[in-house]
Amino acid sequence: MEHQVDTTSFAMWLFLVTEIMFFGGLFCSYLIFRNWYYPAFVAASHQLSIKEGTANTAVLIVSSFTMPMGVWCAETRRKGALVLCLCLTFVLGLVFLGIKYDEYHEKYEKHHVPSWHYSTKAFTDPASDPEVHKAYPDDKPLPLDMARHTEVYFGLYFAMTGMHALHMIIGISILGFMIFRARAGAYTNGHVTFVNNFGLYWHFVDIVWIFLYPLLYLISRHA
Amino acid sequence: MSTDTVVRLPDQSTARIPKVNFITKENGLLSWLLTGDHKRIATLYLISITFFFAIGGALAGLIRLELLTPQSDLMSTDTYNKVFSMHGIIMVFLFLVPSIPATLGNFLMPLMIGAKDLALPKINLLSWYLYVIAGFMILYSMMTGGVDTGWTFTVPLSTHYVNTNVITTGLAIFVAGFSSVFTGLNFIVTIHKMRAPGMTWFRLPLFVWSNYAASILMVLGTPVLAITLVLVILERAFGIGVFDPAKGGDPILFQHLFWFYSHPAVYIMILPGMGVISEVISTFSRKRVFGYTAVAFSSVAIAVFAFFVWEHHMFIMGVSNYSTLVFSLLTMLVAVPSAIKIFNWSFTLYKGSITFETPMLYSFGFMGLFTIGGLTGVFLASTGTDIHLTETYFIVAHFHFVMVGGMLMAFLSGIHFWWPKWTGRMYPEKISQLAALITFIGFNLTFFPQFILGMLGMPRRYAAYPPEFQVLNVFSTAGATILGIGYLLPILYLTWSLKYGEIAGDNPWQATGLEWQIQSPPLTENFPEIPIVDYEAYDYEWLERKEKEVTRVG
Amino acid sequence: MEHISQVLWQFLVKWLTDFSLFPPEASKIAPQMDALFFFMVLISLIGMTIVVLLIVGFSILYSKKRHPVAVQIEGSTLLEATWTIIPLGLFLIMFVWGSLIYFRVYTPPANAMNIYVVGKQWMWKAEHPGGQHEINSLHIPMGRPIQLTLISQDVFHSFSIPAFRVKREAIPGRYTNVWFEATKTGTYHLFCTQYCGTNHSAMIGDIVVLTPDDYRKWLGESTSGMSLAQNGERLFASLSCNACHSGKPGSRGPNLAGIFGSEIHLANGSTAQVNEAYLRDAILNPSDHVAQGYVPIMPTYQGQVSEDGVISLVEYIKSLNSNDRVEQTLNTTTLLPESEGKATTGGQKPGGANPAKQAPASQGMVKQ
Repeated sequence: MEHQVDTTSFAMWLFLVTEIMFFGGLFCSYLIFRNWYYPAFVAASHQLSIKEGTANTAVLIVSSFTMPMGVWCAETRRKGALVLCLCLTFVLGLVFLGIKYDEYHEKYEKHHVPSWHYSTKAFTDPASDPEVHKAYPDDKPLPLDMARHTEVYFGLYFAMTGMHALHMIIGISILGFMIFRARAGAYTNGHVTFVNNFGLYWHFVDIVWIFLYPLLYLISRHA
Repeated sequence: MSTDTVVRLPDQSTARIPKVNFITKENGLLSWLLTGDHKRIATLYLISITFFFAIGGALAGLIRLELLTPQSDLMSTDTYNKVFSMHGIIMVFLFLVPSIPATLGNFLMPLMIGAKDLALPKINLLSWYLYVIAGFMILYSMMTGGVDTGWTFTVPLSTHYVNTNVITTGLAIFVAGFSSVFTGLNFIVTIHKMRAPGMTWFRLPLFVWSNYAASILMVLGTPVLAITLVLVILERAFGIGVFDPAKGGDPILFQHLFWFYSHPAVYIMILPGMGVISEVISTFSRKRVFGYTAVAFSSVAIAVFAFFVWEHHMFIMGVSNYSTLVFSLLTMLVAVPSAIKIFNWSFTLYKGSITFETPMLYSFGFMGLFTIGGLTGVFLASTGTDIHLTETYFIVAHFHFVMVGGMLMAFLSGIHFWWPKWTGRMYPEKISQLAALITFIGFNLTFFPQFILGMLGMPRRYAAYPPEFQVLNVFSTAGATILGIGYLLPILYLTWSLKYGEIAGDNPWQATGLEWQIQSPPLTENFPEIPIVDYEAYDYEWLERKEKEVTRVG
Repeated sequence: MEHISQVLWQFLVKWLTDFSLFPPEASKIAPQMDALFFFMVLISLIGMTIVVLLIVGFSILYSKKRHPVAVQIEGSTLLEATWTIIPLGLFLIMFVWGSLIYFRVYTPPANAMNIYVVGKQWMWKAEHPGGQHEINSLHIPMGRPIQLTLISQDVFHSFSIPAFRVKREAIPGRYTNVWFEATKTGTYHLFCTQYCGTNHSAMIGDIVVLTPDDYRKWLGESTSGMSLAQNGERLFASLSCNACHSGKPGSRGPNLAGIFGSEIHLANGSTAQVNEAYLRDAILNPSDHVAQGYVPIMPTYQGQVSEDGVISLVEYIKSLNSNDRVEQTLNTTTLLPESEGKATTGGQKPGGANPAKQAPASQGMVKQ
């Protein structure tokens, strides 16, 4: 039994290593282009909403607390509390996705989705975008060739956060399944492995976001 | 006892296949489609892989037919481009990468370490389903127009300049990739956590070491391919710009990302084959593999170095000259462990007691052909000669020598070697030896002329070529016909042997290894009791002592 | 029967005479590369012989008939060391030797004559400095170092001359180069060796090596008018480059006379070597290449000038030793049809308008 737990736990850690390699390709590409086109990346990053990004970070961090709480509940056989923790995590996940959807929608409206009537106007003429211009009055207009490179930033933004969101969706779906099973007592009878290993997965998805947030949202913020 | 064969079969007049085995345990289609038994999953894989190999082989036949004449007269160039692309994609992703691990590896891994099954049987079944889904997606892609980018999906050709099924095929390979990752993951966990008592790392058969090394590559490398395909699909569908120079992207980035997986991929393909060779050479020389530790470590060394040589596929692409120094040097280093293995296997024969059954013949073929293939790899690792030889038929010949002359021969060697364990029946020896010989001759005639064609400068992926290259192309096609016969024969006689082959018994080869101490075909749970291992691998003396104690039949 | 044997005979004769095992050696580097190649073949033959002898020899000596009882041998550290160190040593020799050749091939000498090659689906366009254009062929003189500066207009292609033992990828987005010196007159194969789509196998041509006299004759016969530099001068004016790069003191863009080959200090603190690749990049991505002391106001010409046009501009800038002609073109620019309503002469500053807005965005591609 202990051997079984040990085995599946090892398997989950190994799976997470593969996920690191998976996201690694994206991070590698991001770092290269940020190095080449720093001004474009700064200007494009200023288009993201710091408020929403920070909110999402807080949401995920809290969910990374509710999830291990759930694991503890499972271990201590508290069925009701377990279901509550799982539900909280589930809801927080949905909140994250909701905020993300709002951000994506805004990008769509402002013509910052690559190839979808992409517009560099906000970068060649910052004054045309009053909201962002007020937040970053020192941003100079970019020359057209540098402004074009912002499309690469947004391409990577959508690829990275999209891939992350896909992992969130998978995680939330599994959470849904787990809530259903938890109510039937499947995890409070000593078989905590599934919840434990899912907790590992959830933490991983959180950690990816912890890296995405500063890279995408906080490019030029210094103390 | 015969003096020129090691085979010892039970008395055929009284021998029977054991009534209860993993094949007869449960009946019905669902019991196979929903199984967790690693042996049944291995069987499912064997059937599906053979199916896709046949399709890939037919495509190869079409290529060689077209290349009989210098003009593009059998099919349009667009069709030819699709044929060689699909040939490469099917052979690499649906045959070579899964072949030994998914069939022989799945079947043997738990048996060799003394376990009841793999660590994650459901994930194993999922692996097979992902493979089948990927296969169907590729068939669908083929039937709705195929893809003509080459198996390497070079951008910007694949993202902006073709209107074939790049996205469908890319997604199919993405799915196949996960099949591979889950197989590798399963193997690593199994080897770490489920060895029988007494089965220490250095008592493991070398087949296990090789598959372990290959699994590390599968697990760490394949996800990078997956993300690369995602980026290609996003670039093609949404124009995100990462590979598009007009937007500031860089097509060379694709090359780096793609080859970061695709180079380790070739070692994923060959390492399990090397594992088979270790087992076969040892059995048919009645000797422990010479330098067991060296062979075991060389497998791991290949796996580690494999990750650091990818740029040798890009030497002429305008990368920094100084970077080529690094990668050329590392490529030379990765060649050394393979050379070590060839010598170790050769010296296993020294003072052995050698017989020449079919698996041994295929293994000898492997050693010769893989040596040629590997040495020609050194021609390419040296940047100076690579300039002339790259992107020509020299490359085509090189990789076919290692993949087909190497890997496929090892696969056939393994299939013949473990056929009696898997099915309980022997294959017919004479015709199989003939098939091995036909394959060897056909292979050399097909691919050796291609080295010369490459030296002459004939580029690869050409539907039409200058007339002075015709003679060598004709030889190559003639060889391909013979090779085709050589591959058809096993499919026929192995199927025949299922009904009419001699009963094999537990250990027809008198081999060491836990898999040979149980019935053929094995029980679903493999071992009636979990064995306790207190002897080294390839301990023929232990085997002899044991034989004297107990003789078992059927 | 007689008829058949005649056909067979003709076929055989054709095969035997139209058949070679080795490409001709027609460049200075070819014999050097072949020497390394033959060394590798020799080592491979020796290696193969050793392996085959071991396998066959041991199989005969130790077959079950002759040697019924196997002797268990664990291994031999000495042997392991031997067959590790010797192959490693040989491979390292090949590594060093090969790298030397590689560096030689991809480090063009300073006095090499430069020819531009643009690859596109599915043809090669070669552009000689004197303005001669060739499609799918390349005429070159014997005995002179020739550098090819390659670029692709669409996908990856690869320019391969087996007889010279050189090839180089032609990539969209930046220049690559290779050089060679032909040593034998004749006509040799040119292949595209990077799969590039439908007519990849049709992207072939001829490399024609001429004696220096014959080459001069060919140059004279095939001149189509302007040299690359002259065409570049025309473009320089019609695209209004001369408005900022007029060479006058206080002009908005740096002086370009004599800039090729020099080291330039950039506004971000780094330095760069001004070669063809730098010039191309500066035209298409000027924000990354702002010179020290200047502001980033140069508009990008991406999308408005083709690779051929860029090549002409690069050649022009390479040839620029003084700004006299630049001044002249400033005064005549307004007469060019392409530049109607656009260019201003150096003496008249556009009143208050942001020069960056003057980018001729609506013109589309400038013909060359």
